[in-house]
Amino acid sequence: MTSYVLKNVSIVGGSATDLLISDGVIAQIGDGLNADQVIDAKGCIALPGLVDLHTHLREPGKEDAETVLSGSQAAAVGGFTSVHAMANTNPVADNAGVVEQVWRLGKEAGLVDVRPVGAVTKGLEGVTLAELGTMADSAAGVRVFSDDGKCVHDPVIMRRALEYVKAFDGVIAQHAQEPQLTDGAQMNEGIISGQLGLRGWPAVAEEAIIARDVLLASHVDARLHICHLSTAGSVEIIRWAKSRGIKVTAEVTPHHLILTDELATSYNPVFKVNPPLRTQADVEAVREGLADGTIDIVATDHAPHPAQDKDCEWSAAAFGMTGLETALQVVHATMVKTGLLTWEQVADRMSYAPAQIGRVNTQGQALVVGAPAHIALFDPNTEVTITAENSVSASRNTPFAGYTLPGIVQATFFNGKPTVLDGKLV
Amino acid sequence: MKHLLSTADLTRDDAILILDTANQLAQATSQGVGKLPPLRGRTVVNLFYEDSTRTRISFEAAAKRLSADVINFAAKGSSVSKGESLKDTALTLEAMGADAIVLRHGSSGAANTLANSGWISGSVVNAGDGTHEHPTQALLDAYTLRRHLREGAGDLAGATVTIVGDILHSRVARSNVHLLKTLGANVRLVAPPTLLPFGVDTWDADVSYDLEDALVGADAVMMLRIQQERMNAAYFPTIHEYSQRYGLNQVRVNLMNQGSIVMHPGPMNRGVEITSEVADSPQSVIVEQVTNGVSVRMAVLYLMLGGNEATV
Repeated sequence: MTSYVLKNVSIVGGSATDLLISDGVIAQIGDGLNADQVIDAKGCIALPGLVDLHTHLREPGKEDAETVLSGSQAAAVGGFTSVHAMANTNPVADNAGVVEQVWRLGKEAGLVDVRPVGAVTKGLEGVTLAELGTMADSAAGVRVFSDDGKCVHDPVIMRRALEYVKAFDGVIAQHAQEPQLTDGAQMNEGIISGQLGLRGWPAVAEEAIIARDVLLASHVDARLHICHLSTAGSVEIIRWAKSRGIKVTAEVTPHHLILTDELATSYNPVFKVNPPLRTQADVEAVREGLADGTIDIVATDHAPHPAQDKDCEWSAAAFGMTGLETALQVVHATMVKTGLLTWEQVADRMSYAPAQIGRVNTQGQALVVGAPAHIALFDPNTEVTITAENSVSASRNTPFAGYTLPGIVQATFFNGKPTVLDGKLV
Repeated sequence: MKHLLSTADLTRDDAILILDTANQLAQATSQGVGKLPPLRGRTVVNLFYEDSTRTRISFEAAAKRLSADVINFAAKGSSVSKGESLKDTALTLEAMGADAIVLRHGSSGAANTLANSGWISGSVVNAGDGTHEHPTQALLDAYTLRRHLREGAGDLAGATVTIVGDILHSRVARSNVHLLKTLGANVRLVAPPTLLPFGVDTWDADVSYDLEDALVGADAVMMLRIQQERMNAAYFPTIHEYSQRYGLNQVRVNLMNQGSIVMHPGPMNRGVEITSEVADSPQSVIVEQVTNGVSVRMAVLYLMLGGNEATV
C-alpha cells in the first residue's frame, strides 16, 4: 500500500509538521518524515475526514439526480469521509432490505463510509413505525432515524419513536415543520414573501415542533436530533433545552449560515429550499449558536435535483440545493474568517460531533498516531469561483454558482487511500 | 421597455408616458379611424394558465386595434393540461415567432421566470402572476383615477386612494401600491388582519382594520373581490360578517370626499364586498375601467414592441 506524507501541514490549525499515512492509519507525526509519495501541504490545514449527518444520495429511485457513487464522489471532493444517506428514496429506506442495499452500494463505491438513515415511519407517512430495530440490527447498522422531508408531526408517534430507539442507542433526527402552518409554503414568511406574493413558511412552524420535541425527549429521557435548524427562535429553544440537560443535538446547513430570503426576489428556484432561507438576523443567530455549541454540527442537507425540477417557475420547482462540495468553504468564510470558530472547533462541528451523534465509531477521530487515516487537507489560502457545470455531483443545483469562496479541499484520504488529490478525484 | 413585469420597475416618467400614450391612442381610436397600423406584422400571444376571460379579451382587443396578429393559448384544452412545462410552451411559442407574450399564470414570479430564463427573445407582459402583481390593472386604475381626479394629465400627487379587501392574496393591490406611490398618491389599505401580508407595515401605505375610518378624506376607493373559499381557511368567519365589516354601501361611500369615485377590478360579488346600489351609482367608474383597460394595454404593447410617440 502506497504511503503518503503531508509535508509541513498544520494539523487542525497547529504549527507545521509532517504527517505520515501508511497502511490505512496515521503512522507518524513529526519533522523530516518521508514516504512513497510526498504532498506539499505548506499552508494547508489537515482536518479529520468530514462526516455529514444529512445527505440525499437519491438512490434508489432518483438516479437522474444522484447515485450513491456520484454522491460519494461529490462528498470526497468536499473533504468528507462519511455521509448519512437520508431515507426519502423510492422505495423508502424503511426496512432492512433498502438500507442494506444503500450500505452495499456505498461499500462498492468505496469513497466514503455511507451510513444509511432509516425512516421513522413506514413510507414516511407518519402513521406507523418502520422496523427500526431490524434496520439497527442489519448489516447497515442504522443508528440515525429520520422521516426527513417530512415532519414526524403526530406527537404520539414521535414519543414512541424517541423511546423505542433507546434500546439500540439510536437517535431520531426530526425535520421540524408543523405541516398545517406550512401548507403550500414557498419561502420564509417575512417582508420579502409579502412583497413577492409567495406563500410564507413561518419560523413558528419550526420552533413549535422543536419546543414540543425537546419536551418529549426530556420526558422520556431519549436522544433527539434537530435537522437543519434555521431560525433565531430555534437557537433559543435549543439553548434552553441544553441548559436543562435535555439530550438534544442540532445541525445547521452551510446555506443557512450565509444565504437569506432576499435571494428569492430573483424568483430563481435554485434558492428554493426547505426549510427556507431566512433573514439576516436568523443567519447571525445560527452562526452564534454554532460558535457557542448550542448548534452541535454543520450538516449539508445536500439535495440534488435534475435540471427540469429547477428550470421552471418557482412554485413548480423542487425544494433543495446541493452542498457537499462547498460546505467547508462556506464554513471557512462564515465561521473561521469571522473569528467565530477555530480549526479545532471546525473539526468538532464537522467531524467529531456528527460521528458521535451518528455513532460512527470509525470516523470523527482526532488526527493522532494510530488513528485511521480519514483526512481532509484544506488549503485556506486560495479562492475558488464556483460554477454549476463543474459540479462533481450528478446535479447542478448549487446556490453558489458565481460565488467566490475561500479555500479548496486539496486532498481527501479515506482509510489511508487518497480519494482526492490536487483538488480532483483520484 | 423590454418587459412589463412589475409596477415597481416603472419610474414616474415611464408611468406617465404609458398613461399619456394611452390617452392619445384612446382619442385616435374614438375618432373612428378603426384599426391603427403600428403593430402590423407583429405577433402577440396571450398565454393564459388561469381562466380570465375579461383580461384576455382586453389584451386581445388592444393588440387587434394596433393591427397585431393575436394568438390565444389557453391552458385548458391545450398541451399544458397534459403536463407540458412553461419552458416547453415558451420554446414552442418562441419557435413560432412571438414578438410578445402576455402571460397569466397562477405562480407568483412566473412572468419574471419567463422573461429572465433565456427561453424566449420577445417581450413579456405580466397579465397577473399568482398573488404577486398585475401591472396593467394598476395602470388602468391610475389612468381612470387621473381622468376623474386630475383631468387626465400629470400624476396623482396628493390624491388619497383606499384599497379594501383581500390584500394578502391580491396582485392588484401590490401593483397599485407601487404605482400609486410612484405617481404621488397616498395609499390606504383596509382589511381584517388575517388578510394583510406579513410585513405590510413596511409597505409605502397606511394600514387600517376599519373601513369607515379609512374612507374619511379619500378621493377614491378600490374594492377587491373576496373569494368565498377564503372563509374555509378561517381568514374570516362568514361572508355575512365580512360584508358587514368590509362591504361598501352608500352610507360608507358618503364618508368620502366630494367628487370621489368607486372602483373595482371585477368580477364583482354584488352584495358581498359591494352593494348593487353603489356599483351602479354615478360615482362608480367600474364599467369605464374596462374601457380604459383596452387603451392602457394598447399603450403598453405599442411602447414595448418598438413604436415611438411620433407615429401615434
